[in-house]
Amino acid sequence: MSFALRPTRSLYAHLTTSNFVQCRTIKKEHTLKSGGWERVIPAFRSVCGEDGVSLGEAVREQHGRDESVHRCRPPDVVVWPRSVEEVSALAKICHHHHLPIIPFGTGTGLEGGVGALKGGVCFSLRNMDRVLDLHQEDFDVSVEPGVTRKGLNSYLRDTGLWFPVDPGADASLCGMAATSASGTNAVRYGTMRENVLNLEVVLADGSIIHTTWLYTSLVTLPGLKQKTSAGYNLTNLFVGSEGTLGVITKTTLRLYGVPEAMVSAVCTFPSVQAAVDSTVQVLQTGVPIARIEFLDDVMIDACNRFNLLSYPVAPTLFLEFHGTEKSLEEQVTVTEEITQANGGSDFSWARDAETRGRLWKARHDAWYAALALRPGCKAYSTDVCVPLSRLPQIIVETKEDLMLNRLTGPIAGHVGDGNFHCIMVMDPNDQDEVIRVHEFTERLARRALALDGTCTGEHGVGLGKRALLREEMGPLAIEVMQGLKTTLDPKNLMNPGKVL
Amino acid sequence: MSRVLVGVKRVIDYAVKIRVKPDHSGVVTDGVKHSMNPFCEIAVEEAVKLKEKKLIKEVVAVSCGPTQVTETIRTALAMGCDRGIHVEVSGKDYEAMGPLQISKIFAALAKKEEASLIILGKQAIDDDCNQTGQMTAALLDWPQGTFASEVTIDGEKVKVVREIDGGLETIKISMPAVLTADLRLNTPRYATLPNIMKAKKKKIANMKPADLGVDMVSRVEVLRVDEPPTRLAGVKVETVDDLVAKLRANGTI
Repeated sequence: MSFALRPTRSLYAHLTTSNFVQCRTIKKEHTLKSGGWERVIPAFRSVCGEDGVSLGEAVREQHGRDESVHRCRPPDVVVWPRSVEEVSALAKICHHHHLPIIPFGTGTGLEGGVGALKGGVCFSLRNMDRVLDLHQEDFDVSVEPGVTRKGLNSYLRDTGLWFPVDPGADASLCGMAATSASGTNAVRYGTMRENVLNLEVVLADGSIIHTTWLYTSLVTLPGLKQKTSAGYNLTNLFVGSEGTLGVITKTTLRLYGVPEAMVSAVCTFPSVQAAVDSTVQVLQTGVPIARIEFLDDVMIDACNRFNLLSYPVAPTLFLEFHGTEKSLEEQVTVTEEITQANGGSDFSWARDAETRGRLWKARHDAWYAALALRPGCKAYSTDVCVPLSRLPQIIVETKEDLMLNRLTGPIAGHVGDGNFHCIMVMDPNDQDEVIRVHEFTERLARRALALDGTCTGEHGVGLGKRALLREEMGPLAIEVMQGLKTTLDPKNLMNPGKVL
Repeated sequence: MSRVLVGVKRVIDYAVKIRVKPDHSGVVTDGVKHSMNPFCEIAVEEAVKLKEKKLIKEVVAVSCGPTQVTETIRTALAMGCDRGIHVEVSGKDYEAMGPLQISKIFAALAKKEEASLIILGKQAIDDDCNQTGQMTAALLDWPQGTFASEVTIDGEKVKVVREIDGGLETIKISMPAVLTADLRLNTPRYATLPNIMKAKKKKIANMKPADLGVDMVSRVEVLRVDEPPTRLAGVKVETVDDLVAKLRANGTI
């Protein structure tokens, strides 16, 4: 398959009806050619051990799909390296035999990033699951790819530190680095881009590099640097590269102090405009709000039904404030003044962990609540992001588009970052609806681009947004990206068919 | 206003993959992450909540073991306990230490500190004994509210909602009493950095079991520790008839 510039139709090709079947029938015998594979599989086994290699159909299918609507594209073989040395040895074998390499963390991505379009070898990194080098006073920790976000925060629970980037899923932290993940807390704590300090990456030819500073040994070192002007910013080159430039085998993350107190609140508004205007104003006053999530009336209705709640069915903001007791009072007072000035309702409050959990459950279950609106359907999440000043306009226009085209698309979003998701619920067997959804998402992405936004705020480009990336970046930037890709991976073995 | 003793046990962290020692004498603990037993965290949280509601005056965190357990006590202090007591037990005594010895220690401390409530986790995740609370109450001849999922203090009495097999049982017991915390009692708070720093200044008293008149001799000897047997591969059959034949052959039907 060639990956040269293609017209928009390529997006559609990935979204045709048959693609929504969770996994295509895989032929019983492997599609492996004799000779080549017979040498390679034993070589893999000598690196990872007998149990570290699998050709099983079910195992390969498991590693060929993520949580997106893209159909399952299983690799030819799955390997489980246990250390960076094993990853490097496996990469060298793949490099020698021209085999594609697909890194796999937790499979919780939303853009089809793990699909093995050209077959190849899936590097399942879950056995590399150590938390290393926690430096409490420097507020940093290094983790291997098998460590998930919740796993790390559980490990840190006695230290008073946490890693706040929260994309919802319990994703691998190195995977989050690879997709430059974000989440509900980004408005206060930033995304992965701001919080990844160093990476250890294995390139397509097996070389191991460290992007900001050399990890020397496993022994704890004092005073690792967080700020540096030395050389090109390689760390942020690999953050967001979605496995197309190398396999991330270790990441150092910036940690934060656990907030002394947290308060959550829910507020309903008479219109989308009022809710979004409130968001913009709250941020403009400099309130260091931790989470500010928007749910439209369709979404709230779905949540009410799914969780048996009784929130008023209207545009709603879910807010969370972090800080000391005193600063919370201030933050809340300022925010309440703003929301009331915009016609917002009184706040529904939650202070202690259990009540806050119940309050946020509605937001966290949004995906499932949307699916429950139409049982038997599948869901696809859009992911555009625009400058704050354009947010009211794009949400209002998008809702009009949804209504005009009779589409089910409840909206939930991290409005604090200008990022929102339409959860498009569609019947995979209704060709007409599938086409209408696809055209809607294209219009939405273009609408965002026209308002100086991006087609993907946090989910990544993956498989389905490559053409949109070209439109967004323009041909010259794409050429530079292609040049970097060719330099680091001349044989195009690293996760082919993604991003570019 | 009263004083509460809370027991906190240092155990291997719940997320760690346990490995049996090659000599089968126990599990590998060297270099392995340890933390406060999750049910003890819930017990600490409940005690701190009672203090915040001003129903009790002082919360004392107690742990028995070698020097490392002071880390666990410090975590309890960071969560809001006022002071700690480290009952030093090490070496063979520590390896053989079990609910009987701990309950004797707690009974002695309860009298010494004039406690009105002892709150413990319902069980530890390493031995799963679920005995210490019950034994402590028996030694003191105090009432017990075990598997508590809800605790309400009402004057000199405590109303406890207990999780039992059939559902929930509500009892009212008089203080002084022993309570053991079950999973749904509360959600423990995270220790924050400012509280961790404050905790460094709180006092941890040090004593030995002998100071409390407790004899640590164990009546239990661990003979051998083994991993659970590895799961055997299943057998696939082609047809339902084959399945029925096989089930008949091995006597299942």
